[in-house]
Amino acid sequence: MSQTSKQISYAALRPRLRDGMSILFGGFLGVGTPEGIVGEILDSGVRDLTIIGNDTGTPEVGIGVLVANKRVKKVISSHIGTNAETGRQMIAGELDVELVPQGTLAERIRCGGSGLGGVLTPTGVGTIVEEGKTKLNFDGIDYLVERPLRADIAILKAHQADDKGNLVYQRAARNFNPIMALAADFVVAEVDEIVPAGAIDPDLVMTPGVLVNALILAEEN
Amino acid sequence: MDAKNLIAFRVAQEMKDGDVVNLGIGLPTLVPDYLPEDVHITLQSENGFLGLGPLNGKTLPNLVNAGGKPCGMVPGTAFFDSAMSFCIIRGGHVDVTVLGGLQVDQEGNLANWMVPGKMIPGMGGAMDLVTGAKNVIVAMEHATKEGGAKILKRCTLPLTAAKKVSAIITELAVFRFIDGKLVLTETAPGVTLDDIRARTEAEFVVSPECCEMETPREVQPV
Repeated sequence: MSQTSKQISYAALRPRLRDGMSILFGGFLGVGTPEGIVGEILDSGVRDLTIIGNDTGTPEVGIGVLVANKRVKKVISSHIGTNAETGRQMIAGELDVELVPQGTLAERIRCGGSGLGGVLTPTGVGTIVEEGKTKLNFDGIDYLVERPLRADIAILKAHQADDKGNLVYQRAARNFNPIMALAADFVVAEVDEIVPAGAIDPDLVMTPGVLVNALILAEEN
Repeated sequence: MDAKNLIAFRVAQEMKDGDVVNLGIGLPTLVPDYLPEDVHITLQSENGFLGLGPLNGKTLPNLVNAGGKPCGMVPGTAFFDSAMSFCIIRGGHVDVTVLGGLQVDQEGNLANWMVPGKMIPGMGGAMDLVTGAKNVIVAMEHATKEGGAKILKRCTLPLTAAKKVSAIITELAVFRFIDGKLVLTETAPGVTLDDIRARTEAEFVVSPECCEMETPREVQPV
């Protein structure tokens, strides 16, 4: 495996981590979450994190370990039901949870990385999701104005990368990863394999390498 | 056959050949077991693919359903990211979504994602599915475990979406929303109108064509 300019070690991520930072994390119930990077964040000891992603996994799997170890101040997510610790801390007043419909979450992150000021969606109209939001009517249909989301860092999991950071995801592990690659100041991907530039068919690249700042080769378990 | 399987069987008869269908977790996942032989549907999985299939044999890495459980995929499966998944869902490209319900009311409102102070798992993809799918079928047992009504005049729990439900299928009856009214269209064998009224708080119209609900012709002895 050739050493590349974008490839870094887990330890090299440390200087990027700080208390109070916001993190976009890929994954759906842990599938597509970079477990090694999550472990590095845990070991670094940073706390008061804001984490943004589909769900909070379980106390043992995915991003959930950061919640279980009380490193998180705020969660922005569509589902917390599989991690009892998220719910417990929320009810105890230790954790701020903003629940967002999954499609709205995806669009808010996409907006955050696409230079858009927000998106109009009918999802949530007539529910508690509309509280405090601007509602607009076009052609007889009510829409909520949903604002963009960005973070200090995005942590992604991909199957394959080339030297330039072009990414290919595997099966259902893609989920939020490609959208999050757009919406953070620093983007790091944990990958199973790094190949030379040119080895991935350009037509099959799923995330363009210019969006990816750093690659970490996943440790074999 | 228990109530859940009876409901799943009846829901399966709603599917048309070629439909793109999203099934919620729990009872709705039983629906493919009861599809008529000549009806082939494509299952959308909100975590990012079209082509969800049964788990036949060995599991593949990173192939899970929206409940995070290992699953299979059919030939011709397509994977995509979460934005595309919900473009498909919100954009009217899903013909039918089948979900469970805590409460449904006579206005077509559905509540199925939280019980304040007790259970707040989050809405996941449910709000987008109910908002965007062409047909929204609520598949649920008719009453609560304590015998209380779930089909109400007005939902008391926080809504998943307003006025979006197309049909309610329970072990006792089939209701459809027609011109904004809740209409009883089928009753299960041996179930009377009085039985349904006793277990339903909502006001409903009885269709002039109200008939007996279809149940499996042969129930295999266990």
